[in-house]
Amino acid sequence: MNLAYRDIKHNLLRFVLTNFGLSLLLGIVIVITGVYGGLIDDALRQARAANADLWVVQAGTNGPFAESSRIPGDTRELVARVYGVERAGAVTYQSIQTELNGKPLRLFLIGFEHDRPGGPRKLLAGRDIVRSHYEMIVDRSAGLALGQEVPLGTHGHKFTVVGLMRNELTSSGDPVGYITLHDAQELQFELSPAAERREVSRGGPLQSNDQINAVITKVSPYVPLNEVATTLSRWKHLKTLTQDNQENLLSKEVIEKSRKQQLMIMVLLIIVSAVIIALIVYTLTMDKVRSIATLKFVGAPDRTIVGLIVQQALSMGIFGYFIGLTLVLIFKPYFPRRLVLDFESIAVVFVITVVICLAASTLGIRLALKIDPAEALASSG
Amino acid sequence: MAEPVKPAIVRVERLSKYFGAGTARVNALVDINMEVYPGQVVGLMGPSGSGKTTLLNCVACILQPSSGRITLDGEMVYDDRWLKADLRRLRLDKIGFIFQYPNLLPFLDATDNVAVVLQLAGFTSAAALARAVELLDYLEVGHRRHAMPAQLSGGEGQRVAIARALANRPRIILADEPTAPLDSQRARIVMDLLRRIAVEQDAAIICVTHDEMILDRFDHIFRLRDGRLETEMSVEKATAS
Repeated sequence: MNLAYRDIKHNLLRFVLTNFGLSLLLGIVIVITGVYGGLIDDALRQARAANADLWVVQAGTNGPFAESSRIPGDTRELVARVYGVERAGAVTYQSIQTELNGKPLRLFLIGFEHDRPGGPRKLLAGRDIVRSHYEMIVDRSAGLALGQEVPLGTHGHKFTVVGLMRNELTSSGDPVGYITLHDAQELQFELSPAAERREVSRGGPLQSNDQINAVITKVSPYVPLNEVATTLSRWKHLKTLTQDNQENLLSKEVIEKSRKQQLMIMVLLIIVSAVIIALIVYTLTMDKVRSIATLKFVGAPDRTIVGLIVQQALSMGIFGYFIGLTLVLIFKPYFPRRLVLDFESIAVVFVITVVICLAASTLGIRLALKIDPAEALASSG
Repeated sequence: MAEPVKPAIVRVERLSKYFGAGTARVNALVDINMEVYPGQVVGLMGPSGSGKTTLLNCVACILQPSSGRITLDGEMVYDDRWLKADLRRLRLDKIGFIFQYPNLLPFLDATDNVAVVLQLAGFTSAAALARAVELLDYLEVGHRRHAMPAQLSGGEGQRVAIARALANRPRIILADEPTAPLDSQRARIVMDLLRRIAVEQDAAIICVTHDEMILDRFDHIFRLRDGRLETEMSVEKATAS
C-alpha cells in the first residue's frame, strides 16, 4: 500500500492547488532556461547564418558583430583573388528602427551580394531577392507579410517583403532582414538629402557609399584554412577571424553579461523553488504529525516514514515540472523572445527539480524522524 | 475466575520511572511489580497523575523506565536498559495498542487502516486485506470497511482501532482508556469484546481506565497512587469496595 499516494488522494484538491503553484514556479525556471538557450542560439545563428570559413574585417577590430568594422567595398575582389579562396561575399550589418502602422519596428539588416556567401539560407515562404533594389527577406517574427511594404532609411524608400525566414534573430532578439548590398550601403552610408546639400555647400569631400563591414570567405577544401588566413592577414588594413573566433566572440563576449544575468536569475529561481518546496513539504509533514506518530507507534520503521515524505515531495516536484513544461510549451509561441528548449536543457531542469525535491524533503524528514510515537497518545479526537 | 497456570505474558519487576533530577525529581513509578497472564483482562486504575499511563507506556516500550525489568511474552526486553534495538518491530510483533481515541490514519479507509499494520509486518497486500476484512467482520464493522475515518461513528472508529490492534495477532494488548469517548452501553460492548478477544486469542489485555462502571469486566484490578501500586485485587473485591 502506497501511503504517499493514499494521502495525496485523500487531499487531492490541496495537492492539485499546491502543484499548480509549484508548476508556475518551475515553468518560470524552464522559461529562463529557454531564454538562456535562445540567447546563445540566436547569437550563434547570427554568425552561422553566413556559413563562412573566414571573416575579413577592419584591422584592429573584432567586427562586424562585437565591434563596428568598415572596409573598402572592393575588398571582396582582393580577397577573392587570394589562393585558396573559393568564394567571397561582401556584407554589411546594421540595426535599423522604422515605424510601421504607427508602431516601431526593429530589424537587423544584412546587405549581401546575390549568389555570393552571406545571403539568407532557407526560406519559409516567398522567394529570393531578384530585383536589385527595394526587396527584402525578413524573419517572420517581425510580423510582416509577403508583399507588405516597409519604409526604410532617410530617403523613405519602401522595401517590399518577398521572402520569409524562420528563427533568424540577433542575440538581442531583433528579427533579421536581408536586402541587397547596394540598398544596404545606401541605408548605412548615404547622407540624408539635407546633410548632403550641406556637405556640398561647405566644399567637403565626396562621400563614397562603396564601403562594407566584412567579407565572408569560403575556403577551398583542398587548401588549409590557416594558410589562407595567414595570407589575408598580410594586408595591414584587414584582420581575419575564423568562424570559431567569431562564434566565441558572439556567444561568450558579446552576450556575456546577458548570459550571466540569465544564469543568475535561473540560480535564484532554483533557490526560491527549493525553499518553497521545502516549506510545502515541511507543512505537509506538520499536518501529518499525529498520523506519523501513530504509524511509528504501531511499528512502522523509519524507512516507511521517510518513503512517505520523499515520495510526496518527488511526486509534487515531478507533477509540477511536467505541468510547468506543458504550460511553457503551450504558451511558447507567445513569448516575446525565442525560447530554445532542447532535450538536454529540459533534462537538466528535470534533474535539478528532482535534486531540489530530495534536498527540500530533508527538512520534512528531519521533523518526521523527531516525532515521538508517544504523540499518538495525546488526547484529541 | 480460574487461577492462571500458564506463565505470565507481561511481567514487570521493580519498575521505576522518574522525571527530572535533584529537588525537581518526580517519581512517576516506584518499584512496580505486576504480572498478567494469558486470557486475563486487567485494569489499571487510579487518580490522574498516579502513573497509569506511564506504566502502560513503559510496557508498550514507548517510554524508557529508569530501572527495573520488563518481560514480554517470555522475552526480557528491559533490564535497566533496553535489550532490544528495534522496539518498533517488537511492538509490531508482540503488542497491540488501543488508544483513547481511535487514532486512525485519516487518509486510509477502515480496511486499509487495519491492513497497514499487516503490511508493515510483512504480509502480502492480498493477505493483509483478507485478514483486515475478516477482523472487521469479526468486530461487526465489516459493512463499514470502505468508510473513511471521518465517516465512522465513535463506536465504529473504536472497533476499527481494535481491529488494527489485533491485526498481527499480538499476545499483549494495551488499551489506554478505550471506553472514554463512548457512552456506558457502548463502553460495555467494547469491554465484552476485549474479554472475548482475551479468551479466544489467549492474549493478555491491560486496560487503563477511570470508568468504575466497567470494573466487572476485569479479571484483576491494579490501583496506583503517586506512582506506587497501592492495591492488587480481584474484581470481586474491587467491585465490593
